[in-house]
Amino acid sequence: MSHPQRAAAFTSDAERTTWHDETLWFVRQKRDKAVYGIPEFQQLRQLASDIKEHTLSRLDEYLEQFEQNARANGVTVHWAADAEEHNRIVLDLIRKAGATSLVKSKSMLTEECHLNPYLVKNGIAVVDTDLGERIVQLREEAPSHLVLPAIHLKKEDVGETFHLHLGTPKGEKDPQALTEAARLHLREKFLIGEVAITGVNFAVAETGAVVVCTNEGNADLGVNLARVHIACMGMEKLIPRTADLGVFTRLLARSATGQPVTTYTSHFARPAEGREMHIVIVDNGRTRQLGRPDFRASLKCIRCGACMNTCPVYRRSGGHSYDFTVPGPIGAILSPNIDMRQHSSLPFASTLCGSCTDVCPVKIDIHAQLYKWRQIIAQEGELPAAKKLGMKLLSSVLARPGIYRFGGKVAREGLRFLPHGLTHAAAFNPWAKARELPEPPKQSFRDWYAQQVVK
Amino acid sequence: MKVGLFIPCYIDQFYPQVGIATYQLLEKLGVKADFPRQQTCCGQPMANTGCEQDAKPVYRHFVDTFAGYDYVVAPSGSCVYHVRKHYDVVEQTGAVQHVRQATYDLFDFITSVMGVTELPGRFPHQVGLHLSCHGQRGLHQANESEMTPVREGQLSRLLRSVDGLTLTELNRNDECCGFGGTFCITEEAVSARMGQDRVQDHVLNGTEVLTGGDMSCLMHLEGIVRRRQLPLRVMHAAEIFNAALQQPSKPVSTYVPGAVAAL
Ligand code: SF4
Repeated sequence: MSHPQRAAAFTSDAERTTWHDETLWFVRQKRDKAVYGIPEFQQLRQLASDIKEHTLSRLDEYLEQFEQNARANGVTVHWAADAEEHNRIVLDLIRKAGATSLVKSKSMLTEECHLNPYLVKNGIAVVDTDLGERIVQLREEAPSHLVLPAIHLKKEDVGETFHLHLGTPKGEKDPQALTEAARLHLREKFLIGEVAITGVNFAVAETGAVVVCTNEGNADLGVNLARVHIACMGMEKLIPRTADLGVFTRLLARSATGQPVTTYTSHFARPAEGREMHIVIVDNGRTRQLGRPDFRASLKCIRCGACMNTCPVYRRSGGHSYDFTVPGPIGAILSPNIDMRQHSSLPFASTLCGSCTDVCPVKIDIHAQLYKWRQIIAQEGELPAAKKLGMKLLSSVLARPGIYRFGGKVAREGLRFLPHGLTHAAAFNPWAKARELPEPPKQSFRDWYAQQVVK
Repeated sequence: MKVGLFIPCYIDQFYPQVGIATYQLLEKLGVKADFPRQQTCCGQPMANTGCEQDAKPVYRHFVDTFAGYDYVVAPSGSCVYHVRKHYDVVEQTGAVQHVRQATYDLFDFITSVMGVTELPGRFPHQVGLHLSCHGQRGLHQANESEMTPVREGQLSRLLRSVDGLTLTELNRNDECCGFGGTFCITEEAVSARMGQDRVQDHVLNGTEVLTGGDMSCLMHLEGIVRRRQLPLRVMHAAEIFNAALQQPSKPVSTYVPGAVAAL
């Protein structure tokens, strides 16, 4: 299935679409308020972008520096070339620890690597401890948003899920009561968690420490109760210095939810006495993206989700319509790097309105990259045949004024004299499902102009 | 000053009144524009579909057509943006470079090149402005709400200067209408929904006449207005100004060559 098909399925529930759109627009407005309040916000964006560009330009050096410093702190550093290797490393560590269960705080990387199903298949019980993540995990769904993984669900849906899995009363939809139930349920899991996995928001090269930003404090609780901490990070998470961190924490929460800062900004530098800390650094296609000059800037992403909240398509098509770990505009420029054929419809799931580029706190030229992916997808022959042929024909007509004038006239006259039922048949003309065609005039502009000159 | 008029294909065939209004408006402001008959299209439909390579002959034809003019003016910000931004894939001859920077959106031309910031005339209606994304975010015709809360741009200033005209305050000032070129066909469901939401914002806030600088967005929105039989009229802003100037309230300040430094 392609994006248009999945999107059409989502929008067919008009009421849910309205609700989804308005909820995310509300988050966008909160972001606006926070942003307007900071006079130097545009400078901050530029600074963040510069820092990231710089880091990417010598990523190899910073990675080595980071590894050295982390090792010196008593942390074990592992390198994974792809998702499979990442999963194997994690499973190994869990087995070495003699554990059968683990708690995980939010990590898009482990989603990207499909770690959960892999571990479950190998007999490990995994509990996601971020509330939204836990909800989608119980429903065996993928997150539909980077920051708000269960944003596609209404409180009634959550009530239903909790009734089924946590035994809350049927029909309970009070957010307070539901959160309380999740809290009790998760607390138990925290207490028996022997291994804790966290994602990483920022990895500081000069100290070897990793920084995790959450609103629920679940990363801290998980790590502090478990004997083994495994932090999984994509290799683009590096920043050079601790001094750079403030630039990003100021941007991240404001862009994500409009908060000045996330409730918890947790720094993990070294294991506590008698405990273990591991960092797994993952490539999984990132060096390939780094090698694409037109698309390397996509690696600046700090996963704030602002481009989703602002995207008029995402708000109406839902995160699952992208069928990729990272949905929305940023997902649409990351996914073709992973599998161009499978995700070939994503760069076209945009009007190129450019709002994503304008909200992005690290100034990724998202809509320009969408445009560029379209060119590559067309050149690699991944466009539907009808579209390709149509464009070739169109081009040959448009480079020949004579045929062009004739064609335009035929279209207009056709519309004037053919019956409405034919020109507006939804089967031939998707335009006409929800829209009227223009009312064709008797005379074109060029005919009018010709008369003016004669006069 | 030689001004060439670029009238995009669908305006030529389906909205000739917009081309006429553009021509007459310029004429009233003292500019006699020329319409070179061999013109076709800027090539955007192909390029946005990923067929930039196929569009190159169209780009060259556009440049050949307009190379001899001092300015190329079009009542369509989207086409202008395309010429300026995306004609970088053909060889940058002198002609290509000239045409890229000489191509102006009609209202940018009126305000920036001609230096006209107010238009006399009467149009006693509540007008809702829909700025195209290419105009707003691409050509920076107004401040983007992603950046600052300030909403003013040159087109809204021109509109406000017309006697009797009030502008609608929208709930979402600069949300995309969902046209998006071939997007409106390939992503029909989302496109239609976006258009419906955009129109609804105008209906809720009292718009009588829905206007903008880009007929492509307006064609899409008009299609929805007519399908839903809503009490809205859709007009290109050139039509509004041209109609308003039929009854100017003060003398029209016409263009004096050399009086205003071109950008
Ligand atoms: S691309 Fe930019 S806006 Fe989108 S999630 Fe990444 S950092 Fe945020």
